[in-house]
Amino acid sequence: MKYILMMAGTKSDFEGYARWSKEDLQANVAFMRTFSRELKDTGVFVSTEGLGWPSEAKLVRAGKNGEPITDGVFPESKEFLAGYWIIDVESPEQAYKIAARASQAPGAGRKPANMAIEVRPVLSGHADLGL
Amino acid sequence: MADRQYDARFEHLLRELAPQVLGAVARRFRDFSSAEDAVQEAMIAAFTQWPQEGVPENPRGWLIQVACRRMTDQMRGEIARRQRETAVAAETENLASLLEIEADMDADDTLVLLFMCCHPALTPSSAIALTLRAVGGLTTAEIANAFLVPEATMAQRISRAKQTIKASGAPFRLPSPHERAGRLPAVLHVLYLIFSEGYTSSIGSHLQRFDLAREAIRLTRNTKTLLPENAEVAGLLALMLLTDARRAARNGPDEELIPLDKQDRYLWDRVEISEGIELLTAALAKGSVGLYQLQAAIAAVHDEAERAEDTDWPQILALYELLQRVSPSPMVTLNHAIAAAMVHGPDKGLQLLRALDADPRLASHYRLDAVRAHLLEKTGDYEAAIKHYRVAAARTTSIPERNYLMTQAARLAGD
Repeated sequence: MKYILMMAGTKSDFEGYARWSKEDLQANVAFMRTFSRELKDTGVFVSTEGLGWPSEAKLVRAGKNGEPITDGVFPESKEFLAGYWIIDVESPEQAYKIAARASQAPGAGRKPANMAIEVRPVLSGHADLGL
Repeated sequence: MADRQYDARFEHLLRELAPQVLGAVARRFRDFSSAEDAVQEAMIAAFTQWPQEGVPENPRGWLIQVACRRMTDQMRGEIARRQRETAVAAETENLASLLEIEADMDADDTLVLLFMCCHPALTPSSAIALTLRAVGGLTTAEIANAFLVPEATMAQRISRAKQTIKASGAPFRLPSPHERAGRLPAVLHVLYLIFSEGYTSSIGSHLQRFDLAREAIRLTRNTKTLLPENAEVAGLLALMLLTDARRAARNGPDEELIPLDKQDRYLWDRVEISEGIELLTAALAKGSVGLYQLQAAIAAVHDEAERAEDTDWPQILALYELLQRVSPSPMVTLNHAIAAAMVHGPDKGLQLLRALDADPRLASHYRLDAVRAHLLEKTGDYEAAIKHYRVAAARTTSIPERNYLMTQAARLAGD
């Protein structure tokens, strides 16, 4: 079963991240690389992506003739997706274990940031046999 | 398809043969799009059969035959998709037509394919995908993997590209010498984009992805063989070699980006540099000074410096001034500002950057802030430098660039 593990933060969370020390940044980057490699080595990795900064986010609606109307105004409290992993595992418990590992990523001052990772099932295209 | 077993030796032979076979079949049936599919299937058949049964005596003939059989089967409307099944024995009834086909072949067929695949109606990513398949002989899976999109997506992209070419009614022949002059820049641009995609991908993904930079160099070499008098092609090849030479020094042990002035030059490939300089010298001797020759010349000046501090910046500045006249662009202006800063001091560079503030093409481009930050740091204005490094980090769409820029800001903030 596939699960998506999502990391998100408010604009001020992102700004805080940008102010970490060089060593803290490097430690976090190294952790993420190792984490992705673990997922690949254990055969559960499906995909991972990092997303652009909140300042680059746009909200798009269709205008009168279907042309896009964009705006970049969001409430201060909005949580922006920073990135995700999609894994393919045997059980939800396995997904939670892996998410907990992601939550151990080191943060400012080298302490685990202990970020909350949102875990959701990824729906499949298979129809239920109903047996 | 991804699980296919094949021998790396055949891979090289098959890739060299692929465009020749496609040229022959497309010419025969006057249908580039269907011929391309048929040749793909012949390649897959070869990948499956040759390791078991050995390379045929006439491998190109074998591929042509299999592809032609596919074409005629399709035309007779037989059952589609017999996966990886081919006829191996050379049937005598086909021998005569094979001889005809081979006699008809033209050394220029690969060049025709190159021009077709870089058709002006195609988007760059479509042209790249089609070129890699039809001229490069890569499989759809390899191309998809190289560009990190699902195989089905890449297959669709290629299929639509071929439909666009079909709809344009382009005949299977070399463009006229006049058309060629107009179309060659598109061809060179596609080859350059392929190189760039391969060269700038991170080492980690490099190991798992098909080596696009090497492939671009190979295709450009072949193009140069087909157009030996063309200085722009030679210039492009030189640029690729002079850039590729630095590949081993670009990334650190944690895959972080290492800028030119901090790279370990012992890791640069001196053989590639020599070849690049030789090609460049010959191209410049022809008298024309185009975009790629100039960029290659700049790369050569960097590559010739034993240490970063030995770099002949006045030479580079002069070359960028020439480049601004020959092929002006905001990126050239940015690079010119960096060179000016190295020769005349960072304030001069910052002054030149101000001209770019009003340029809408650069308005929210991360490089303007990145370069500004770098120059501000040199003037000692750390606070402003940090601000611009962070803006650049927020704007870049590259993860390694973002990590690099954030680290620079953090470094200055920590001092």
